[in-house]
Amino acid sequence: MYYIDPHIHMISRITDDYERMAQCGCIAVSEPAFWAGFDRGSVEGFRDYFRHLTEFEPKRAAQFNIRHYSWLCINAKEAENVSLAREVIAMIPDFLDRPNVLGIGEIGLNKNTPNEATIFQEHVDLAMKTNELILIHTPHLEDKYKGTRMIIDMLKNDRRVDPARVLIDHVEEHTVRLALDGGFWCAMTLYPTTKCTPARAVDILEMVGTDNIMVNSAGDWGKSDPMAVPQLIQEMKHRGHSEAAIRKVVFENPLKFFRQSHRWQEWEIPEPSRDEVPAETQA
Amino acid sequence: MTPLAAEQALDRYFLEARAKLLDIAAILDRIGRGANASAVENDPRLVRIREAIAVLGDQSGGRAERIQRIFSLEYEPGWRMPEPK
Ligand SMILES: [Zn+2]
Repeated sequence: MYYIDPHIHMISRITDDYERMAQCGCIAVSEPAFWAGFDRGSVEGFRDYFRHLTEFEPKRAAQFNIRHYSWLCINAKEAENVSLAREVIAMIPDFLDRPNVLGIGEIGLNKNTPNEATIFQEHVDLAMKTNELILIHTPHLEDKYKGTRMIIDMLKNDRRVDPARVLIDHVEEHTVRLALDGGFWCAMTLYPTTKCTPARAVDILEMVGTDNIMVNSAGDWGKSDPMAVPQLIQEMKHRGHSEAAIRKVVFENPLKFFRQSHRWQEWEIPEPSRDEVPAETQA
Repeated sequence: MTPLAAEQALDRYFLEARAKLLDIAAILDRIGRGANASAVENDPRLVRIREAIAVLGDQSGGRAERIQRIFSLEYEPGWRMPEPK
């Protein structure tokens, strides 16, 4: 089964992870810009980070025939430094002609503060002026429900935003319908303790269906698992869900969302692997 | 997407549910055995855990979503939104 991990921070993973992911069928990843674990000191720190995301990671991934895409922004945690955030937003267009960039992200809220909301809106302004897709981080734990509603308020308040070009990430049981009912794409993150388990993600799929939804590992420098998407594939198989439904969630949906990027270049999509073809048609 | 038949789901997830309930019971015992247990008795986190446990015993469904909401801050309508530019 081929799959795409549409949200993984490979900068904080080792090369062996790329190799193991490729062995499990991963053929593309997308890497949103995020917090480094400390606040970066200057706009030049972000410039170097964006070079890493657009130059080095695509090369490292290509060694294992994995296509690497990225998203650019200053994350919500650093938005409290409004002047630095504005400098970064002004610098992002320098990288918007890089072929692996899919759009602006992961922007969003962290503690739902006024400064975070201001910088979120300024990222949306940039994305609207440059016709970019948007990838949204929703807050963690107790802040998620409130923050998701605030994010959706801001997106709906902006007439330029087409929800079909926005992906709301880290949805769980209490936020998934907010995203889908608003016409947005959404993603579930399979992450220990603080987000979804593969079993709960499959429960959510059983409740809301497979349209406009995808899954990711959000693998990063925290305790997380870059092999989480294959675990979801196993859980879906275990419950008897069809190969077509699995492929839609782990492969076709992220591809369909990414393809809306105005920089998207087609590549040869591999045929479904042998185990995805019904037995009676196999030679 | 058709979910598993109830009997199959029970067969498959019974031991996992049992193990997770034991984990929760043991965590609550661990807190209770610690020094100054009475001082945390009304800690808002423990209060929420008790509310969540009450949801488990309720047969009306949507338990995961309801427990998520117990652990969530309330949304405040009419908050001051920045304006698009
Ligand atoms: Zn992330």
